Amino acid sequence: MAKVPVQFTLNGSEKAEFIESGTTLLHALRDKIGDTSPKGGCHQGTCGACSVIIDGELRLSCLTLAETCNGADIKTTAGLAEGGVLHPLQRAFLDAFATQCGFCTPGMIMAAKVLLDRTPNPSRDDVVEALSGNICRCTGYEPIIQAVLVAARANSQNAA
Amino acid sequence: MELRKDYFADVRKDGLNEIGQPRPRLDSPGHVTGKTAYFADRNFPGMLHLKMVRSPHHHARVRSIDTSEAEKHPGVVRVLTAKDVPHNVYTILILIQVGPEDETVLADGKVRWKGEAVVAVLAETERAAQEAAAKVKVDYEVLPAVFDMEEALKPGAPLVNEYHGQNYYLYDSGECRKVRFGDVEAGFAQADHILEQSYQSSPIEHAPTETTGCVVAPEGNDRFTCYTNTQAMFFTLDNASIILQMPGSKLHFVGGTVGGGFGGKVDVIVEPIAILGAKLTGRPVSFVYSREEEMQISSPRAAEKIVIKDGVMKDGRIVARKVTGYTDAGAYSRHSPYGAQKGAAHYPGPYTIPNVWIDTYCVYTNRTPSSAMRGFGVTISDFALEVQMDKLARLIGMDPLEFRFINAYRDGDMKAHRQPTEGAALIECMQEASRAANWPVAEKYMAMSSYRKGA
Repeated sequence: MAKVPVQFTLNGSEKAEFIESGTTLLHALRDKIGDTSPKGGCHQGTCGACSVIIDGELRLSCLTLAETCNGADIKTTAGLAEGGVLHPLQRAFLDAFATQCGFCTPGMIMAAKVLLDRTPNPSRDDVVEALSGNICRCTGYEPIIQAVLVAARANSQNAA
Repeated sequence: MELRKDYFADVRKDGLNEIGQPRPRLDSPGHVTGKTAYFADRNFPGMLHLKMVRSPHHHARVRSIDTSEAEKHPGVVRVLTAKDVPHNVYTILILIQVGPEDETVLADGKVRWKGEAVVAVLAETERAAQEAAAKVKVDYEVLPAVFDMEEALKPGAPLVNEYHGQNYYLYDSGECRKVRFGDVEAGFAQADHILEQSYQSSPIEHAPTETTGCVVAPEGNDRFTCYTNTQAMFFTLDNASIILQMPGSKLHFVGGTVGGGFGGKVDVIVEPIAILGAKLTGRPVSFVYSREEEMQISSPRAAEKIVIKDGVMKDGRIVARKVTGYTDAGAYSRHSPYGAQKGAAHYPGPYTIPNVWIDTYCVYTNRTPSSAMRGFGVTISDFALEVQMDKLARLIGMDPLEFRFINAYRDGDMKAHRQPTEGAALIECMQEASRAANWPVAEKYMAMSSYRKGA
């Protein structure tokens, strides 16, 4: 199988790898680079557990070929905390009991981050819409929605 | 949330310090930072991938298996069949003396459900394993199959599982679990009304976000570490030990973090064959269900059929209850004999009924083996029982909540399985429910208590 060179920025660090052509970004991140925060739940683009942010856009890493990410800026949940301080979304998920098994959590947080980056004061409907591509089988969603709204309020207080 | 501390104040040592107090989950910091290690987050150099060749038939004799083309496929390291498994027939609950062993790890001579594991292929990549699995040739002689529990119990029905010899689990009490209390026929004779209804349910898939799987690493000294998302660590360890004929001291299981399970990960399916693969190749092995396999192969909640016949008086007292319950185990026992047994204990409900007669059957069919799922054996029972309670209340023109107050068990009442009721709080729960739902009941019910002094 042909190997292709890929270079991108992951959570602020330069990464350069040779990968088999056709490898998904999910596999490249998890198996080659060692960032296992994106999870593989369905490998067919329906569960959202593998969600990452590529150049500011929410993307499913299981449907993204790694070789198309040359020069991209990629962010995952593993890189969200800065200097050991949790991001307001992480803090809110922790405090609002919005994690149970935790498998969907990294994808949920990525989806919520893209929402808050664009819409700092979202309505409940905005949150529901933004998380609609991420499946959770434990919480019943309500604590997750509440966590995102709490994080949004914390953000706006910081800005004020 | 308002916490009511006035209930049972005279019989409680008190405390209730934990209830109503938030406590952080210990694993949440790992979840929100993406650091929690699930089994699939372990990656070992040289890891092989295991893919299963599965039966396309519900019931068939395996005439022959030809793995030669698969073995020649680039990247394939080893192909496993029944003869490679040291102790190929097992049942999970044999550890608590529930037998006989009735399920093969890899099909041996017969397949009994569509999706049953027949041949395991170990290859350098997932793709190579998948392609090679497609090259395994299995010659099947298709047999008549049975998918309906009542059909399965009829004389002359196709025999699903030879290890049982008949299409039901043989309990030490006979062909079903039984509860006998009072004289149910005398109860019906005395009743003002009799209501007999049937209830049935379909199988339900748990659909955990993380699929079932494990990663096994050989540790030298013929010792193996198995990273797994099992929900039943010691069932898995002990069954793997029996299947592989290896002492438990050679097997090191690492688990604890499960990406959703809901009971669907208590079966012992992936670990023994993955450990065997690691043992025979000397390399790490990953065996993970695809999403498609998770939905089709993992054991669902059992389909059930429940027939309830109740005798009730005009004043609301239930005086007789006769229940026949059927649990569809699918082709193999797994946890179903236990589920069916739980039903037998549960059908009287949280009610005091003087005459009770219950039979519950664990039935074998050529369907996907069912197993544990969130209160299996009692969840569908409760659905049936409470729908039945509403119908009974309607039959005698009584408020359904008041009807439940009349029949609710209270401390000191004798239950149908001859265990006196202790520590009941059903009356108090219903009183709170009445307030919370704004569904008022007569004052005499609000004055009742589950606790009877001297009981």
